[in-house]
Amino acid sequence: MSIENPIFRTEDLCAYYGDFMAIKHVTMSIPEKKVTAFMGPSGCGKTTILRCLNRLHELTPGAWYSGKIFLRDQDILEMDPILVRRKVGMVFQKPNPFPTMTIYDNVLAGYKLLGIRLKKEEADRICEEALRKAALWDEVKDILHRRGTFLSGGQQQRLCIARALAVNPEVLLMDEPTSALDPKATLQIENLIVDLKNTVTIIIVTHNMPQAGRVSDYSAFFYLGELVEFGPTAEMFTNPKDPRTEEYLTGKFS
Amino acid sequence: MNDKKLSLPSKIWDDVFRYLAFGSGLVVILLIVASLITLIIQSWPAIKHYGLSFIWSTDWDPLAEKYGALPFIVGTLLTSFLALIIATPFALAGAIFLGELAPKKIAEPISFIMELLAGIPSVIYGLWALFFLVPIIRAFQMKIGAPPYGLGIFTASLVLAIMILPYALSVARDVIKLCPNDLKEAAYGLGATRWETIRGVILPYAKSGIVAGIVLALGRALGETMAVTMVIGNSSTLPSSIWDLGNTMASVIANEFNEAQGLHLAVLVEIGLLLFIITVIVNLIARIFIIKTRV
Repeated sequence: MSIENPIFRTEDLCAYYGDFMAIKHVTMSIPEKKVTAFMGPSGCGKTTILRCLNRLHELTPGAWYSGKIFLRDQDILEMDPILVRRKVGMVFQKPNPFPTMTIYDNVLAGYKLLGIRLKKEEADRICEEALRKAALWDEVKDILHRRGTFLSGGQQQRLCIARALAVNPEVLLMDEPTSALDPKATLQIENLIVDLKNTVTIIIVTHNMPQAGRVSDYSAFFYLGELVEFGPTAEMFTNPKDPRTEEYLTGKFS
Repeated sequence: MNDKKLSLPSKIWDDVFRYLAFGSGLVVILLIVASLITLIIQSWPAIKHYGLSFIWSTDWDPLAEKYGALPFIVGTLLTSFLALIIATPFALAGAIFLGELAPKKIAEPISFIMELLAGIPSVIYGLWALFFLVPIIRAFQMKIGAPPYGLGIFTASLVLAIMILPYALSVARDVIKLCPNDLKEAAYGLGATRWETIRGVILPYAKSGIVAGIVLALGRALGETMAVTMVIGNSSTLPSSIWDLGNTMASVIANEFNEAQGLHLAVLVEIGLLLFIITVIVNLIARIFIIKTRV
């Protein structure tokens, strides 16, 4: 299936942990300003490929890749990883705000850690904007200078989303962002994802098929490190082409 | 079901264990209180005779029975803090290297050697310093025009710094290792470099633990006796620079305890009492700091 003007394109991408090949010859294109879900059973490599897209994969000792990953027209495997990660933000499975920082500093961590100095008004503006985008502003605007670890799990995760959005990334990677949250917080994050797709391309790894159905425009199904099927979510859910996708969607294995 | 076969483990052993554990905890407290009482009783003649002015008097003349503890208090604090200032940057850099940067294959053997370093008897550090450090420092003192003793406050500080380094370093390394991986990945994910992640995330996370390690090291430096006694020069006048000869509270006790009698002996015990109090105060200050900065 072909995608017009993809933001990400992989060519024969393989990812390894030492001798183990976790991603096998994946060639795919990811559309801009859409939500794409990566699905598949545990150990299928969906998180690994997500971590390839902002070059976090290589931080694991012994991990390496072959093939190409294009962000627009640039091969990110040949770019400075720092630059890649500025353009491709990440939200993790477990909410991980920096425990030593206030809410305000957490949102601005992408600037503070890198030693980028901002004027007070500009910092305030970026902070408010990011928190509003993450639908957290109203809840924390009066406690910006308290530590982020006092927040609830769902609020912490939205804080992490605000932190990632504050540096204006082109793509937001989300690795099972709701798996540690209760149903109400999960719903808030899902609504947020739908709201955000006008401003940023989102790729979300999820275990939860109804969730993929609710939030994503496109879906990729991985199995044992291979990309089995990729297409519009509605199409894949109603009419899967590959028998393995169908078996997974109907709950024959998980 | 066979009810007769069902026998509960005896509750007695539970109680025995609890009282044993409680007793052991109590013994620790009793030991501290007992040594404090002993020190006070033994030093009572000196406390009665010289009063509080003992702490800030600088006289030290056993023949005239004039005693003041200030040169030794200054000697102890000066050598310990100087040692800390020298050792801390190395401890921090080493801990970052061993805890975060070095691959396991390198970090493990180095950590092992470092722990051996902590086990070397103090007298051996003293000997090594006498034969190796003292000539070097003497040459350096001649170059800069300081009195070329070779021995003295600075030499003692240097030996102390080397001795406490493994303690500060290994505690700091352990807390740096404790920093959760997801926090580091969050920083890397924002485009931080390794150094920016260490400075902005790992060190703030490990701060209270690092301070705890430094205080542990300071506690050891304050009380260290043998190596210091061998290189500090055994002078009982108030030091006016770090190149002077001096004495610490511990080293004056070690130097004079053998010949001391009567009031002189009580005075030395009182210095021991003061050392005890200073150590407790330093630990309390550090404890408060650790609690205040805890994540």
